[in-house]
Amino acid sequence: MKNMLQKRWLKTLLSLVAAYGVVQLLIAVGVINDYIQATIATICINMVLAVSLNLITGFTGQFSLGHAGFMSIGAYVCGIITVANPTLPGFLLGTLAGAVTAAVVGFLVGLPTLRLRGDYLAIATLGMSEIIRIVFLNMQITNGAAGLNGIPQFVNWTWMFLFTAGTILLIVNFLHSSHGRACISIREDEIAAEAMGINTTKYKVMSFTIGAFFAGVAGAMYASYFYFLKPDLFNFQKSVDILVIVVLGGMGSISGSIIAAVLLAVISTVLQSFPELRMVIYSLVLVIIMIFRPQGLMGSREISAALFRKWGEGLKRVFGKEKERV
Amino acid sequence: MAILSVKKLTKSFGGLTAVSNVNMELQEGELVGLIGPNGAGKTTVFNLLTGVYEPTAGTVTLTRNGKGKEIQGMKPFNICKAGMSRTFQNIRLFKDLTVLDNVRIAMHQNVKYGLASAFLHLPAYAKEEAQLVEKCMELLRIVHLDGKAGELASNLPYGEQRHLEIARALATDPVVLLLDEPAAGMNPAETAQLTELISWIRKNFQLTILLIEHDMSLVMKICERIYVLDYGMIIASGTPEEIKADKKVIEAYLGEDVNDA
Ligand SMILES: Nc1ncnc2c1ncn2[C@@H]1O[C@H](COP(=O)(O)OP(=O)(O)OP(=O)(O)O)[C@@H](O)[C@H]1O
Ligand SMILES: [Mg+2]
Repeated sequence: MKNMLQKRWLKTLLSLVAAYGVVQLLIAVGVINDYIQATIATICINMVLAVSLNLITGFTGQFSLGHAGFMSIGAYVCGIITVANPTLPGFLLGTLAGAVTAAVVGFLVGLPTLRLRGDYLAIATLGMSEIIRIVFLNMQITNGAAGLNGIPQFVNWTWMFLFTAGTILLIVNFLHSSHGRACISIREDEIAAEAMGINTTKYKVMSFTIGAFFAGVAGAMYASYFYFLKPDLFNFQKSVDILVIVVLGGMGSISGSIIAAVLLAVISTVLQSFPELRMVIYSLVLVIIMIFRPQGLMGSREISAALFRKWGEGLKRVFGKEKERV
Repeated sequence: MAILSVKKLTKSFGGLTAVSNVNMELQEGELVGLIGPNGAGKTTVFNLLTGVYEPTAGTVTLTRNGKGKEIQGMKPFNICKAGMSRTFQNIRLFKDLTVLDNVRIAMHQNVKYGLASAFLHLPAYAKEEAQLVEKCMELLRIVHLDGKAGELASNLPYGEQRHLEIARALATDPVVLLLDEPAAGMNPAETAQLTELISWIRKNFQLTILLIEHDMSLVMKICERIYVLDYGMIIASGTPEEIKADKKVIEAYLGEDVNDA
């Protein structure tokens, strides 16, 4: 078991370093320009948002429509702190403070609302994120509707990568622990989970708080990379966009969220050249995918060596038959 | 010594009194049957004992390690921690999870490693997880599912799902086990195997078992005592022989012959 774990870690580490190195190299030789870099930043931020929302909605089964609210808390707290203290430690402190503030708000909101089920919870979280937005709109320190400008940019590709990979690794680790399984059991059958000794309220709140924390991290990444914040960036539409990534990738699949974040960014980038048709085609793609794969691209499965093997066998079978026929 | 003592347990749903003034006492190590016609209130009794419903009135006392504790009205997960576990009549497995995970989740309350170990997979995590798997496999071996640990629970045939429910209930380390129609939908061969399994786990886990079952052959064969519930009330209790001869019981089962078994 221990050996297996170490091997898995080593493999993960190697592939991560490779992914980082390739992009870093492409940036260095100038193949990846500023525009593509911004797209990559958006993808990273969306991955963090989608994976953290997936923990709440896909894995714990709690339908939340307020993720943009938590993101905005992380963004503003980090933005304000970094403006006041424009150094790298200032930015890191801001990120931590933003994430912790988002988590605290998540905890306080989750405690009463997670007793609600389904539709009620969705409406309660939606209301919460609207309240957060209006608070930011009316505060002095956030500069209201005019927005917070000139946030020093500390997040480059290296930081983007570290935050994104770190978030995904931590959440995947959590899901593979007894605490994570307790969360998943709530999605599967809340009554059975309680009967088997799981304090479902505690684990719902825990999942919600962890999700809010990483949404805060995503907000901080956004603030520092795009150096401008206004409350409207974090409206209802933004929460829906995050949910779309989760549903499209597959509720309960981390790999699904990652793939969907990339896919949607690519589609939307390609469509930049057709501004009139952009939203129409974008929506059409979503509708078509959901018709043919209502469970999302990945369902609740993960990309793994075993899955590749299965696909391999499937291909072999297909091509094997071809050969027989010939 | 009484492990489970139920006094004047009552539950009303609006105007309907589903369980009314039920008194029951289970001695340590007993295997007791709870029978009665459809809709008599048997499952409701289980739901009251395990905290799914809050009783309208009455007390439930559970004794573990010689210490009695009133558990009525407590949250289900706390009742589970106090030592009561159950299976469900309409199977409630964690369907999209593996057989192993189903059992592992039921062991969660005894897991000691904290969130830091969970997030970072520290040595404490690896050590305890390995132990968990070992314990789960032991339980799965008992219900003959060790060969299917990696399969999704929903892919198991019906009978095996019932076995998995029993393994999952055992994983919570109970003193009292409530089985709600464990033989429902099983053929005679499967029922015979299940009968043996229940006797075996009672002996080897030193459990006290309360069993709801419509299959009279199973009930009469393994239960030492039986309570008969009708319209929410206990109408008779005693040994299988006494129950078979009881006039009220025969009336309640009008048409169904208790002596058939
Ligand atoms: N949540 C509820 N709300 C309202 N009525 C209920 C509820 N749960 C059970 N009842 C009613 O209580 C009565 C007893 O139901 P229960 O399920 O306990 O019967 P049972 O003895 O387990 O029957 P069966 O042998 O069919 O499983 C029934 O009339 C049922 O309709
Ligand atoms: Mg019943």
